[in-house]
Amino acid sequence: MTHSLRTPLSRARGLGSAKHGVGHFIQQRATAIFLTVLLPWFALSILLGTDGSYDSVIGWMKHPLNAAGTALLVLTGLFHMRLGMQVVIEDYITGPVARTVSLLANTAIPAILAVIAILSVAKVFVGA
Amino acid sequence: MSMAGPQAHDKRPLSPHLQVWRWHVTMATSIFHRASGVALYLGAIVLTTWVMALASGPEAYGAYMAFLMSPLCLLVLFGITAAACYHLANGIRHLAWDAGKGFDPKVSTATGWATIIAGAVGAVLVFALAFLA
Repeated sequence: MTHSLRTPLSRARGLGSAKHGVGHFIQQRATAIFLTVLLPWFALSILLGTDGSYDSVIGWMKHPLNAAGTALLVLTGLFHMRLGMQVVIEDYITGPVARTVSLLANTAIPAILAVIAILSVAKVFVGA
Repeated sequence: MSMAGPQAHDKRPLSPHLQVWRWHVTMATSIFHRASGVALYLGAIVLTTWVMALASGPEAYGAYMAFLMSPLCLLVLFGITAAACYHLANGIRHLAWDAGKGFDPKVSTATGWATIIAGAVGAVLVFALAFLA
C-alpha cells in the first residue's frame, strides 16, 4: 500500500459509500412483499380455475390477467431468488474461482428461466 | 491476497454455531428459511419447464404432466410446496421484524412454531385442492 500510485484521498473516496449500500436489502424485501400476493394468487387461481388438463390450463392462460400475473410471478420470483442465492453463495463458497463461477451461474440461470417462461406465456397468450 | 475477497484463504474458524448450540425454534426457522429458499430454486425450474411444456403443445404437456405425477416427482413436488408455504409464512414474519415488530422471545418462538405449522398445513391444503377438489 505504501507504494501505491493512488493518493490517500483517492483511496478514501474509493472505500466510501457508493449510495447503493442498501440496494440489495431493499430489493429483497420489495420483491418479497409483491410475492406475498402473487404466489397465493397464482396457486389458488390455477388450482380453482383449472382441472390441470391441457385445454383448461390453455384457456386459463389466455385470459390477460392470468398471463400477466404469471409473467409477473415468474419475473419477481426469479429476481428474489437470485438475490437470496447470492447471499448463500457469498456466505458459504470462499474459493475465488468457485465463488465467481457460482455467482455467474446465479446470474445466468434466473435470466435463462425468465426468458423461457416469458416467451412461453406470451406464445400461449397470443395462441400461436 | 487482498484481491480475493474478504473470506478467501482466511484460516480463521467459521462460526461453530451448529456444534455449540442446541436446536431451538427461532434457530431452526432461520435455517429452514435459507434451506427452503434454496429448495425453491428447483421450484422455479419446475414452474418454468411446466410453462414451457404448455407452450410446446398438448403432447409435450401431457408427457411432462405424466412425469410430474410419478410417485417420486409427487414426493419432490410436495417438498417444494411445503418449502413454498413455509418460506412465504416465515417471509411475512421477517417483514414484520423489518417493521420492528415481533422480537420479544415469547412472540418470536410462537410465530416460529406458527410458520412451521403453516408450511405443513399449507402443503396439505394445496395438495387437497389439487387432487380432491
